Amino acid sequence: MNIYAIKAIYRFEMARTGRTLMQSIASPVLSTSLYFIVFGAAIGSRMGNIEGVSYGAFIIPGLLMLSLLSESISNASFGIYFPKFTGTIYEVLSAPVSAAEIVIGYVGAAATKSIILGLLILLTARVFVDYQIAHPFVMGIFLILTALTFSLFGFIIGVWADGFEKLQIIPMMIVTPLTFLGGSFYSISMLPPLWQKITLFNPVVYLVSGFRWSFYDVSDVNVEVSVGMTVLFMLACIGTIYWMFKTGYRLKS
Amino acid sequence: MQPIISIKDVNKTYASGFTALQDINLDIKRGEIFALLGPNGAGKTTLISIICGIVNASSGNITADGHDIIRDYRQAREKIGLVPQELTTDAFESVWATVNFSRGLFGKPKDHAYVEKVLRDLSLWNKKDAKMMTLSGGMKRRVMIAKALSHEPSILFLDEPTAGVDVELRRDMWALVHGLRERGVTIILTTHYIEEAEEMADRVGVIHEGRIIVVEDKTEMMAKLGKRQLTLHLQTPLASIPETLSGFKLELADEGNQLVYTFDIQSQDTGITQLMHSLQNLGIDYKDLHSSQSSLEDIFVSLVRAKQ
Repeated sequence: MNIYAIKAIYRFEMARTGRTLMQSIASPVLSTSLYFIVFGAAIGSRMGNIEGVSYGAFIIPGLLMLSLLSESISNASFGIYFPKFTGTIYEVLSAPVSAAEIVIGYVGAAATKSIILGLLILLTARVFVDYQIAHPFVMGIFLILTALTFSLFGFIIGVWADGFEKLQIIPMMIVTPLTFLGGSFYSISMLPPLWQKITLFNPVVYLVSGFRWSFYDVSDVNVEVSVGMTVLFMLACIGTIYWMFKTGYRLKS
Repeated sequence: MQPIISIKDVNKTYASGFTALQDINLDIKRGEIFALLGPNGAGKTTLISIICGIVNASSGNITADGHDIIRDYRQAREKIGLVPQELTTDAFESVWATVNFSRGLFGKPKDHAYVEKVLRDLSLWNKKDAKMMTLSGGMKRRVMIAKALSHEPSILFLDEPTAGVDVELRRDMWALVHGLRERGVTIILTTHYIEEAEEMADRVGVIHEGRIIVVEDKTEMMAKLGKRQLTLHLQTPLASIPETLSGFKLELADEGNQLVYTFDIQSQDTGITQLMHSLQNLGIDYKDLHSSQSSLEDIFVSLVRAKQ
């Protein structure tokens, strides 16, 4: 294993975050804080509890998941797309590194950034809303698993994209709507029965539900199913990336 | 001696159907400077990209220092450094960071003393903290070379290394290449500047429309394929070449003011003495004469034209 290469890619990507702190960290923390102020403190204080949890606290796992998904995808997709765009990818492709090492470097850095961001958001939420974490270990596992899985997904988008527009299209047109409709702001038990069934086709439901369980011991779906669905999606992403490197899809001519 | 790079039956057809390389067979000798010449689109960059692992070959086998570039890609790539044609750099990175990144990428532990030496050799040391985007084109080119040398490769590919650089930098690079060769580095370069190949290369390969049409020792190629000409500046212009001189390969130039004699460099008897006697007998006087030898560029152009 080429540890030096993994370190080089990882440090390079983390250094990029350091150069763009406002965009990478401050901006998502600020926008999530606004959600807490508007939905948690202002509107939430006038709403009743959901499944025994105050509305402000109830939306924390969903908002955290929203940031985690979008930042993981954005960090990882940009990380691999930018060298493709500038042409510096030649160096990675010609180096004695395996596909796995490249992915560990890029995805590891993207996931690290997302986890740091998630923890910062969690700390920020404390300013506005009182909450507790019933299962901190499971919460940590979900945080890491989700950051890794969606960083892998972001990596796929970055390899697939052949323009900046495509880089944005899946996070904006698919992931954000799925997160909003995946129970981030409500329990799916509040939906009419038909919509409850339809919502179960939304993979984000399982992430939000499992994550919320780790906070408040309440969930829309069984927590094992949530973990299983996340792992399944992760395996699908790994399989796709394996295929991309094996065929050279949009990486090698 | 085993070649440091061995290319066997390599073909490349892109997904678009364009065939970039056909039946390429080539051995690069250890420690030599090999110049790969060819017009635009001939396949030079594709061949280099395949050896370096950036492009997949459609068929064929390549070894670098005895390692198959697919099966033993780690060992093969560790030996290779590449300076690409395009100035593709990380605009926001410093020179120091980007060169150290390259070293790490190629599996080498940090060695600040070595990286400092590379930067000093390339007159980049005082720019080590400068962001890439603030550097001139020539400086960026030097950084690309520093990146390629950062992992101490034994094979260095230079794809159009002096394209767009000034004369001084070009001379510096030529000196650098010679210095690397003296340290045992094998250098394969592509260039549009034929004089660069003439100046530096030990051997020359000409590639045209995806096929290698000649590979030859540079001096031998110039001797074998080159020609020497004697140009006589006549006192009085000639309307045509006299019948008695038909045995000589003569041409009239400059509206009959010059008589150009082409002769074989390698021949024992160049025929110059007989020509001079014949001219004297015919009363054809000349005021000046000079001889010239075809350059590598002349040979390259004639080879490529012959294939068209």
